[in-house]
Amino acid sequence: MGTFSDSLTLAAALVAHLDPRFVDIVALSLRVSLTATALAACVGLPLGAAIAVGRFPGRQALTVLLNAMMGLPPVVVGLVVYLLLSRAGPLGAFGVLFTPAAMIVAQTILITPIIAALSRQVVADAWGEYREQLTSLGAGTFSAALTLIWDTRYSLATVLLAGFGRAIAEVGAVMIVGGNIDGVTRVMTTTIALETSKGDLPLALALGIVLIAIVLIINALAQYTREWARVRYG
Amino acid sequence: MRRQLLAGMVGALLVLGTPATGAQERFIVVSSTTSTEQSGLFGHILPLFEKDTGIRVRVVALGTGQALDMARRGDADVVFVHDQVAEEKFVADGFGVKRLPVMYNDFVLIGPKGDPAKIAGGRDILAALQKIAAAQAPFVSRGDKSGTHAAELRYWKAAGVDLDAKKGTWYKDTGSGMGPTLNTASSMNGYVLADRGTWLSFRNRGDLAILVEGDQKLFNQYGVMLVNPAKHPHVKKDLGQRFVDWIVSPQGQAAIAGYKIGGEQLFFPNACTIAAWRKSPVSSPRSAGTRDLASRNASRSNSRALAYAGNDARWCEIGSCLPVPARH
Repeated sequence: MGTFSDSLTLAAALVAHLDPRFVDIVALSLRVSLTATALAACVGLPLGAAIAVGRFPGRQALTVLLNAMMGLPPVVVGLVVYLLLSRAGPLGAFGVLFTPAAMIVAQTILITPIIAALSRQVVADAWGEYREQLTSLGAGTFSAALTLIWDTRYSLATVLLAGFGRAIAEVGAVMIVGGNIDGVTRVMTTTIALETSKGDLPLALALGIVLIAIVLIINALAQYTREWARVRYG
Repeated sequence: MRRQLLAGMVGALLVLGTPATGAQERFIVVSSTTSTEQSGLFGHILPLFEKDTGIRVRVVALGTGQALDMARRGDADVVFVHDQVAEEKFVADGFGVKRLPVMYNDFVLIGPKGDPAKIAGGRDILAALQKIAAAQAPFVSRGDKSGTHAAELRYWKAAGVDLDAKKGTWYKDTGSGMGPTLNTASSMNGYVLADRGTWLSFRNRGDLAILVEGDQKLFNQYGVMLVNPAKHPHVKKDLGQRFVDWIVSPQGQAAIAGYKIGGEQLFFPNACTIAAWRKSPVSSPRSAGTRDLASRNASRSNSRALAYAGNDARWCEIGSCLPVPARH
């Protein structure tokens, strides 16, 4: 297949030449998705831990809802955020539609349920194991949740990577709320969609290869940091 | 330790969340069509506009129907699309200030070189469509309410083919942009109506080629409108108006004429030509930009350019060919 070998060559050339426009696109992708992951972590981790440890009515229903929302279609999230941020929508006055901020909002909404649902599972498993210990030490719900988050931090790091992976790979939401504007809101996935539209399949695939390589490198770095921290701090 | 972590996270957020682009940057949002963006026209003319005026243009490329919807919601300052009927309705409904013709290109009927419906070489688009329907040869439609889709539906109607009755498995509705639709046509060797600009810049042609072209009906006019500030007060009317003025000025028109792929011109500016031609069909056009354009047209296909201008004359604006205002 000519396309695949062409794409590999092109991907190598893209990385080798480091065209400034290409670097900007990669940087924007990382900036948007990392920010969204950080924001989603701020909401998702405590939420997941609270559902795992807390005892309140509707907890089961909330768990089911969160698990289901892991499958939120990006294009629906994009559409809803578009309607909210549009000038005709309730938040239109802020004028953030078609900016990176809008893309961060959409991706945050998309991955918060993923981080919350997966961290709930992780914390709930640890809670089952340490419950008696923590209770005998007199830990309340709040401090138990915090302790469990800290104790399961290495597993939770994987949860964050899952969220980040979803954010950086999605195209439906950022395409709608960002508008794929050259030099402003064009990220890797929307560039791939654009090049596919133009029929430049080798270039589109080459960009895809670079995207996968970047995600791979970030995961490898996370894994390395985790191992290093485990050895260093136990 | 935990507090440090939290502080670090907040700090990172502040850095990452701040927009990279300066807030002082002067820009407008133009909702336009995939054909102008994907053919590379904007990549060619916008740097020239920015150099002349210092205004950045952020283009959101959608189908014409969607582009007008976006402007209707107030999410764009200027609309630059190609569906005359929809554009006139947009202005009549009070969403656009005034519609100005900018340029034209034409639609072409693309199909497999094998040509199962035997239409190659014809000039009559309606006859070609009738043959495709009769042969039930695979036809791929945009199906996305774009300008090209609207034109396609008009041709089927004019050809007397009742799509609702005759639509079978041979007629595929992709519901997507020109590029994805061409990709589909290329993979299944179907017929497809495309604008010439997107076709010329399209790379994944496979076995497809232009089979029917040059019919006067295939004329495709682009128009530009400022979104009405009376409807949407936040519209950047001064900057937006500068763009509208520039694109119909000799500079803007020359920039459009100067965009070529493989030596072939993609779009033919006619903001000035129409005005000049209508005023005095025999005399030569006034401005240098127009003369340049007219001679280009003449060398390419004289009869077509004149016929198109004639076709178009009823909604042209005399005096739309204005000089670009001086930079403030």
